[in-house]
Amino acid sequence: MNRTKVDEEEYWNSSKFKAFTFDDEDDELSQLKESKRAVNSLRDFVDDDDDDDLERVSWTGEPVGSISWSIKETAGSSGSNHEGREQLKSRNSFSYAQLPKPPSSYSLSSFFRGRTRLGSFQSLSDALTDTPAKSYAPELGRPKGEFRDYSNDWSPSDTVRRLRKGKVCSLERFRSLQDKLLLLEEAVSMHDGNVITAVLIFLKRTLSKEVLFRELEVRQVALRHLIHFLKEIGDQKLLLDLFRFLDRTEELALSHYREHLSIQDPEKRKEFLKTCIGLPFSVEDAAHIQDHYTLLERQIIIEANDRHLESAGQTEIFRKHPRKASILNMPLVTTLFYSCFYHYTEPEGTFSSPVNLKKTFKIPDKQYVLTALAARAKLRAWHDVDALFTTKNWLGYTKKRAPIGFHRVVEILHKNNAPVQILQEYVNLVEDVDTKLNLATKFKCHDVVIDTCRDLKDRQQLLAYRSKVDKGSAEEEKIDAILSSMQIRWKN
Amino acid sequence: MAFHHRPDAPELPDFSMLKRLARDQLIYLLEQLPGKKDLFIEADLMSPLDRIASVSILKQHEVDKLYKVENKPVLSSSEQLCFLVRPRIKNMRYIANLVNADKLAGRTRKYKVIFSPQKFYACEMVLEEEGIYGDVSCDEWAFSLLPLDVDLLSMELPEFFRDYFLEGDQRWINTVAQALHLLSTLYGPFPNCYGIGRCAKMSHELWRNLEEEEDGETKGRKPEIGHIFLLDRDVDFVTALCSQVVYEGLVDDTFRIKCGSVDFGPEVTSSDRSLKVLLNADDKVFHEIRNEHFSNVFGFLSQKARNLQAQYDRRRGMDIKQMKNFVSQELKGLKQEHRLLSLHIGACESIMKKKTKQDFQELIKTEHALLEGFSTRDSTSYIEEHIDRQVSPIESLRLMCLLSITENGLIPKDYRSLKTQYLQSYGPEHLLTFSNLRRAGLLTEQAPGDTLTAVESKVSKLVTDKAAGKITDAFSSLAKRSNFRAISKKLNLIPRVDGEYDLKVPRDMAYVFSGAYVPLSCRVIEQVLERRSWQGLEEVLRLLNCSELAFTGGTKDDKAPSESLRLILVVFLGGCTFSEISALRFLGREKGYRFIFLTTAITNSARLMEAMSEVKA
Repeated sequence: MNRTKVDEEEYWNSSKFKAFTFDDEDDELSQLKESKRAVNSLRDFVDDDDDDDLERVSWTGEPVGSISWSIKETAGSSGSNHEGREQLKSRNSFSYAQLPKPPSSYSLSSFFRGRTRLGSFQSLSDALTDTPAKSYAPELGRPKGEFRDYSNDWSPSDTVRRLRKGKVCSLERFRSLQDKLLLLEEAVSMHDGNVITAVLIFLKRTLSKEVLFRELEVRQVALRHLIHFLKEIGDQKLLLDLFRFLDRTEELALSHYREHLSIQDPEKRKEFLKTCIGLPFSVEDAAHIQDHYTLLERQIIIEANDRHLESAGQTEIFRKHPRKASILNMPLVTTLFYSCFYHYTEPEGTFSSPVNLKKTFKIPDKQYVLTALAARAKLRAWHDVDALFTTKNWLGYTKKRAPIGFHRVVEILHKNNAPVQILQEYVNLVEDVDTKLNLATKFKCHDVVIDTCRDLKDRQQLLAYRSKVDKGSAEEEKIDAILSSMQIRWKN
Repeated sequence: MAFHHRPDAPELPDFSMLKRLARDQLIYLLEQLPGKKDLFIEADLMSPLDRIASVSILKQHEVDKLYKVENKPVLSSSEQLCFLVRPRIKNMRYIANLVNADKLAGRTRKYKVIFSPQKFYACEMVLEEEGIYGDVSCDEWAFSLLPLDVDLLSMELPEFFRDYFLEGDQRWINTVAQALHLLSTLYGPFPNCYGIGRCAKMSHELWRNLEEEEDGETKGRKPEIGHIFLLDRDVDFVTALCSQVVYEGLVDDTFRIKCGSVDFGPEVTSSDRSLKVLLNADDKVFHEIRNEHFSNVFGFLSQKARNLQAQYDRRRGMDIKQMKNFVSQELKGLKQEHRLLSLHIGACESIMKKKTKQDFQELIKTEHALLEGFSTRDSTSYIEEHIDRQVSPIESLRLMCLLSITENGLIPKDYRSLKTQYLQSYGPEHLLTFSNLRRAGLLTEQAPGDTLTAVESKVSKLVTDKAAGKITDAFSSLAKRSNFRAISKKLNLIPRVDGEYDLKVPRDMAYVFSGAYVPLSCRVIEQVLERRSWQGLEEVLRLLNCSELAFTGGTKDDKAPSESLRLILVVFLGGCTFSEISALRFLGREKGYRFIFLTTAITNSARLMEAMSEVKA
């Protein structure tokens, strides 16, 4: 992230890509603004009778008469009639761009009359008469019974083909394991997942699970369909049995862990997570699960405590900055931010203190500093910010150090509207001169810019900067003083 | 600057017929339940339905009230209820609850479930288990091809991606085969057929079976579309993971184009209302900028604005008669153009604002570095910082996947530390997301063996393949290496160009990614079309892990009109991006082809990541 503007330009120049900048001062944006002005200036002329070629739309922007709109209407009117009327009233004032007019209604009779197309297309009515199984002609008129086969002597491949066509087809005659497997293999070789699942549903019903699992273990395509099917219908028990049988321990653990997502109550969720801890996860995942449990445990304690503090109304920080949401089930970094915001000064011994969180979850320095900085800057606690970067060496000298780089510190401070004096201090700590100059210019830290130019003995740049500061300001005076100084041997 | 096709480019077939067919089928189905009825529609089907029918059509067929299928008590008092749904288990449970509640209350009504595009046995099983099989009648509405534009057909099945590429469920293959069968019945057989990927191969086989079963239908028909190309999304994840910079792609990344239309919020319309706008070839302004690199769009729009100004200004010197002419003939067009122009200018502004805020340039730079394979360390720390600062979870995930695929997996140390930081920043439950990504081959860890020399790995590959036999074959994504760097070299995906890449006058398909990268998927298609076969691409296929999964076929029709041989239907299984569409439109323009796109859904990096995410945002 410590690439400066100059670096960027170098990259774009040295590379063959056209520099495509998303910069505010860019020519192209001003071009765009100009076009916008031009277009807007025409608006008066255009807007007078805007409605003629537009369709009516509702408040959500759906065209009135569209299906999505109509559904919302039903929902609205069944809920509160009053609101519905309000919508109706205001509807006319909205315009809608460019939706097609409702297509002319097409009668059923014309469907059967059919259409000819450039001589190269047989008419639909032909299509309907010559092959009744035509895929696009619905074969729904006839009762389903007609498809039912009572003969029970379809071969596996015929059966599978009938299943693909969506016909009801009894599988009961496939009673021997060999027949069942033949049927399954036939389904797999046809590739239609729906048919594979249909056969699996039958096998699941008619085979013991040990036999079913054993046979599927060597039939991976079918196995995947069964797993997906069990996931979809939510047969968690059989799914876990299956993973256990297959010795897919990680999937077993993850699948069990997934269940926590549907548990809303925090206490129950916590208890459930506890049961996940001993599961056969990979080593690193086991640590994540443990952390998940510990995190929720902490959050429950913090939440109870803080809700109490907040409602008591005695604690200043909660009065000044009421909590926007509960901390339950938030990510660790969010929790850390929260604790840096509300519990920054607490001793390490308390569960809600940032230092405690950092230790418990082994949060890297970088992440900690980044989060603490953002939280303290948001509260405009500049002393804390200062302390965050101050270190003492063994001789007792203090030194400023930032694991995330001071350019990043400056950006975060700026985002939180830090005053110029504060910004200036940190801009000065940026090591790379070009980056420093860029940041100082961007954030209007005049002193830093001026001093840096002086140190660089860059008269031209200083002159250029003079035109950017206010006339008669202290900065201008300072620049003039430096420019007229005889002490400096300018390089240009 | 806009895209104009060569004068000899073939005409596109008329796909509006597909809309009429779908509409007529639906009407037919509604009439199977005569009398007044309330219609319950699944949310995901509403937009596609809107594109082919209207409320008045439904009303004409005695639909009384419309409801959305959602978890709320049903207030309908109608005697007949009709459900229009995707074949999903949760819909079956919803219907079962409703019917069983009626039964408990001693109420009898008629129920009909219309599955679109087809029903699944698992759904029927649930109806049976819930004891309502027979109480409800089931039908299928084979509406699987929605023309979103003159050259774009969508199946509107975003779940295809997760179902197949993550879960390995082949349930949609029949739907694809049926759709292709329908196309060949309507537009003639395809003389040339190419494909790559396991799903492509299976769809092709099932489709061929269908054609054989219903032999004779396409016989003697002149082909309208000369080539069909089927491609699996997992052949090229990289392209789908990149940030898009052509206008249409950028609009999709920024505002989400849904079923061919986009909701422009107040920040775009510069008013207090949102506007739903259809984005297709009918929008004259959009049509000219959709395939352009974003940096060209401003220039075009301001030129357009100036022209418009000039045309309006002409009215100043007019007498009454001229003015009358002007108002009756030109004004409407100008006003329409004005409206569109201000919308797209608003959209551009809004995009610029958002992109400046998120430091888009830095992001693009990192992506390019990943594609080219330099300063991987820097890219890794860039991603790390993204995560630490809790920048959008989807964005961080996308960058990690891009890093993984371009580098053949992350080195274990990086994998572990990025994963830990990710879980800390965005929540521990994403453990499940990581497991999904690993299974799909999108985010993997380099195995210790991956550092072997080429010879060694070749040998070990032979050994494991033989030993494990069928099993590894079926579940190969875990073992697959992406080999992106080698493929990129082989197919010349990173153009070596001296000087600056002029985005105004693109020289190759790389322009859709600022000249940095030719989309892999599109390059493969280009190469195969040039050769009319896979010959000479054996090494590429090996690197793509597709040696056994590339095929050619077709009806080899000598009578195919030469016109048709320049029409190519590209089928993306698992979704395609607008950048790929733009790139192929460009290729078509260069070579005098026209491409037609059939996709299971329009996708982009965010949609891919969301499909893999276990925690819904």
